[in-house]
Amino acid sequence: MIQRQPEAQGLVAYINARLLDPTTGLDAPANLTGGVLTNGEYIVDVGAELFKVGMPEDATIINCGGQNLAPGLVDMRIQISGRDFENVGISAVSGGVTTAVCLPNTTPVIDDRSVVEFVARAARKAGLVKIYPYGAITKGLEGQELAEMGMPNNSGAVAFTDATRAIANTRTMAQALSYASTFGLMIVQHPEEPSLAEEGVMNEGETATRLGLTGIPIEAELIIIERDLRLAQMTGGRLHFAHVSTGESLNLIRAAKDRGISVTCDTAPPYFALNETAVGDYRTFAKLSPPLRCEADRKAIIAGLKDGTIDAIASDHTPKSEDTKRLPFADAADGGLGMETLLAITLELVHNGHLSLLDALGLITQHPAELLGLPAGRLKAGAAADFIVFDAERGWKVSENNLHSKAKNTPFDGRPVQGRVLKTVIDGRMVFDVDA
Amino acid sequence: MPSMSETPFNPAAFPKRHLLGIEGLSPLDITLLLDRADEYVELNRSVGGKLDTLAGRTVMNLFFESSTRTRTSFELAGKRLGSDVINMSVSTSSIKKGETLIDTAMTLNAMHPDVLVVRHGSSGAVKLLSEKVNCAVINAGDGRHEHPTQALLDALTIRRRKGRLDGLQVAICGDILHSRVARSNIHLLNTMGARVRLIAPKTLLPAQAERLGVEVFYDMKAGLRDCDIVMMLRLQTERMKTNFFPTVREYYHFYGLDYAKLEVAKPDALIMHPGPMNRGVEIASDVADDIGRSAIREQVEMGVAVRMACLEVLTLKLAGEQPKAEDKS
Repeated sequence: MIQRQPEAQGLVAYINARLLDPTTGLDAPANLTGGVLTNGEYIVDVGAELFKVGMPEDATIINCGGQNLAPGLVDMRIQISGRDFENVGISAVSGGVTTAVCLPNTTPVIDDRSVVEFVARAARKAGLVKIYPYGAITKGLEGQELAEMGMPNNSGAVAFTDATRAIANTRTMAQALSYASTFGLMIVQHPEEPSLAEEGVMNEGETATRLGLTGIPIEAELIIIERDLRLAQMTGGRLHFAHVSTGESLNLIRAAKDRGISVTCDTAPPYFALNETAVGDYRTFAKLSPPLRCEADRKAIIAGLKDGTIDAIASDHTPKSEDTKRLPFADAADGGLGMETLLAITLELVHNGHLSLLDALGLITQHPAELLGLPAGRLKAGAAADFIVFDAERGWKVSENNLHSKAKNTPFDGRPVQGRVLKTVIDGRMVFDVDA
Repeated sequence: MPSMSETPFNPAAFPKRHLLGIEGLSPLDITLLLDRADEYVELNRSVGGKLDTLAGRTVMNLFFESSTRTRTSFELAGKRLGSDVINMSVSTSSIKKGETLIDTAMTLNAMHPDVLVVRHGSSGAVKLLSEKVNCAVINAGDGRHEHPTQALLDALTIRRRKGRLDGLQVAICGDILHSRVARSNIHLLNTMGARVRLIAPKTLLPAQAERLGVEVFYDMKAGLRDCDIVMMLRLQTERMKTNFFPTVREYYHFYGLDYAKLEVAKPDALIMHPGPMNRGVEIASDVADDIGRSAIREQVEMGVAVRMACLEVLTLKLAGEQPKAEDKS
């Protein structure tokens, strides 16, 4: 399934695939005379009639069996547990993710140019997914002193965030936005007012009251969003909210976009596919940050994806060991796996008639790549040969046995889904092949 | 004997393997336990010695939170039924490590107890533990979630004094937010047809409390009007960080139960408290000690009887046996 391959050499023709590229709006039906031609690690050309005049003589031909061929997925928010780049790579490529952006809460914290370079080296060595790091906004993610931004950016940090912590101090946040805008860099905020969310373990409301668990009100998210929108306007900084989870958040962001504030946001699949009832009888796999919200919020998130208020979908991939999840709910760790279910859960939006296939793919390819300025997420002559072949219809059940990740903490455990990655190609190398 | 039901005692009719909460129990399940407990009240008063209903059985008390009265009550209940009772208190320092909970459960399970009586500071922890063992588990309080035997003993107290639960107006007052007793009582009283009011400052009420099928009041006199039962809750200051209320003086002024506030309730309103009481904080001393109206000491007595019934029903149900005590009577 996972394949270790040396550097790609020579011409390869991928034929008989429905070609999908959100950036250009390309949606060409599968046929034997169209496809993608790669040379080594780059795409030579893409087109429905590419091979009409004939196939290059020395090209290796891969028949995609009439399935979909799209840019590799770009996942703008993952966590790496410890330094396990290998395991992250396996999750990524089996889920069709060819480019992932990792949070700076690694060990050590990515708050320095040397750590940025270390991460890039470690990811290259693992040789599967391409990993770009976020840099920390504050030293040690402690929310106090600003960390360097310009130099880490020169070394490869694509944007700045304190990962799973909000910048709580208003002045620090204003300075971060202001300083980052000097270099045209984006600040990514985890919108949760920490003192209001303190001790909270799930969404505040009837379910939490019944279970006797401490709630996190939606206002914890709204207060930070409202405050930071003011600060973005004040400083002219570039602001992005990670994993928004409530309908009210979207109302605020929608209005701010209309006013011309430089703000964007993303959400994660649990927030449009699950609600707080998934916590059920204290299921710790459904303990996420932000917490799963109520059904009205879930529907509002779908509406935000449809009307473009939400710019991208990120998986929020957070591997957690059994030891940190098999605990009383309040003591269990936050977070769920995401990369291996990113495509299938996003495709639910297509199967349920909310989004077109191209629009859904755009949210997990083109949009995150453009937000972060990454050379990824498109099928283009001269670009890296990073793409996937997938079956949008194939059904499977999310379960421990069907996940490649070492950790198994998926909030979608037991869910039947539709849509399977068949092949993942990175720099021309086929690193995942479901049939191999 | 004031038994409320004509149905003969049959532990196999109880549908649950564990007693983790009141939520999900039917009126029949609750009545089964209360009727059996009612019989034990009389037995406890009249018979001196032990029964041998659970002879050769082992009850383990596993308390991750300190407790005197509940643990003692379960211990006495187990011994009255003739079982061996073992008390395990788990030091507060080691419970911070979550592995301990599962590991402890596995370890104890290997010793083949018949019933584990568990108290834990974290909501849902007793359920988690129950998934890892083969014996029956009784929740003796988990975080702020449930404390089913307390609700059962409260119900028994009320039923013996008032003759019924159905149609009674019950006010639960004080620290609802942190109270597992309140949640179990709300479920039980609603299931049995009583009407429940909650009275507390907003900071001590959980979100959307009215969704539990109760009326919410912020004023004691408004909430206590025409009540049959007044249940006071202990202020759980050990679970509070800061600012749930400014001072004890102000809390007592507005929410402490004294005769002035009590006068709007029915003249025969029964006063209850799960203990331990903070005199002069949530309840005036003279009200607590009013023999005519306070059922606080009676609640303790009912506790042993209710726990005998729970231990017996779960043990015999799991063993698939008929009760030995029934054979003798």
